[in-house]
Amino acid sequence: MKDHQDCHHLLGSLSGFLDGELESDLCAQIERHLAECPDCTIVVDTLQKTVSLYHTASEEDTVPEGVRQRLFRRLEIDDLLDKGL
Amino acid sequence: MSSSKPSEIFSLEALRNGDRAEFAAMVEAYYAMIYRLSIKMVGNPQDAEDILQETFIKAYRYLKDFDGRSSLSTWLYRVATNEALMFLRRKRPEQISIDEPVETGEGEVEPVQIVDWCCLPEQELLSSEARLHLDRAIEELSTSLRIVFVLRDIQGLSTLETAEVLNLSETAVKTRLSRARLRLREVLSGYYNERLVEGKQV
Repeated sequence: MKDHQDCHHLLGSLSGFLDGELESDLCAQIERHLAECPDCTIVVDTLQKTVSLYHTASEEDTVPEGVRQRLFRRLEIDDLLDKGL
Repeated sequence: MSSSKPSEIFSLEALRNGDRAEFAAMVEAYYAMIYRLSIKMVGNPQDAEDILQETFIKAYRYLKDFDGRSSLSTWLYRVATNEALMFLRRKRPEQISIDEPVETGEGEVEPVQIVDWCCLPEQELLSSEARLHLDRAIEELSTSLRIVFVLRDIQGLSTLETAEVLNLSETAVKTRLSRARLRLREVLSGYYNERLVEGKQV
C-alpha cells in the first residue's frame, strides 16, 4: 500500500463511501487516495462486490414449500388461504 | 430491493380489531420477508419457521398496541428480530445483547486479502458451493453485526429503518454495517482467491 497510514485511516469510511453517505470532503479525500492506491481500490471493489453478491443471492432465495401453509394453519387462518388474498 | 410495502394498504383499524381476513392479507404480504430474515439469522429452516410463526402470533396479540408511528413492516421486523435474538440467546446465552456496545474485538478488520476476484465469472461467484460460503460467512459474524448486515444489505432496509428496528442510533448502524461488510469481504476473499488460483492451474 502506498501510504499505510491513509489506508488504515480511511478503512472505516469505505462502507459509507459505497453508500454515498459521506461528507463531500471525506469523499474527495477517498477518491484522491484510491487514484493512487491500487490495494485500497481492490478493497473497495471487492467490498462492493461482496454487498452485491449477497443482494443478488438473497433475491433468488425462495421460501420452502409448505412453510406458508403451516403458518396459516398455526395462525388458524387456513380457511382464508388462497381466497383472493 | 424494496424494504417495505406501504402499511397504508392495510386497514390498521381492522387489524387492531382482530379482523381475520385483513390479518391473513397482512401475513400473505409479509411472511416471505420475515422468513428470509429468520433463516439468515438462525441458519436452520426449522428454527426459522418457528420464529416466523411466533412472529405472527405475537403480531396478532400486540397489533392493538401498534401506534402506526413506524411502518407496519418496520414494526413486524422489530417483532421478528426480537424473536430471533431471543432464540439465539436461549441457544447461546453468552452472546451479547444487541443494544450493548460492540466489544473491542469487533473493530475494523485490517484487509489481509488484497486479491481482485471481481473478475471471476458470475456463475462461479454464485455457484451453489459459493452460496454455502456466503451463508457460512454470515453465520460467523457476531449477532450484533449479523442483524445489521441482514436488515441493511439483505432485506434492503435504510439506515434509519434499521436503526428504528434495532433501537440503535444511525451512527451505530453505520459502524456495525461497515465492520460486518469488511469481515465478510475478508472471508469471501479467502474463498474466491482459491477459485482464482484453481482457475489458473487448469
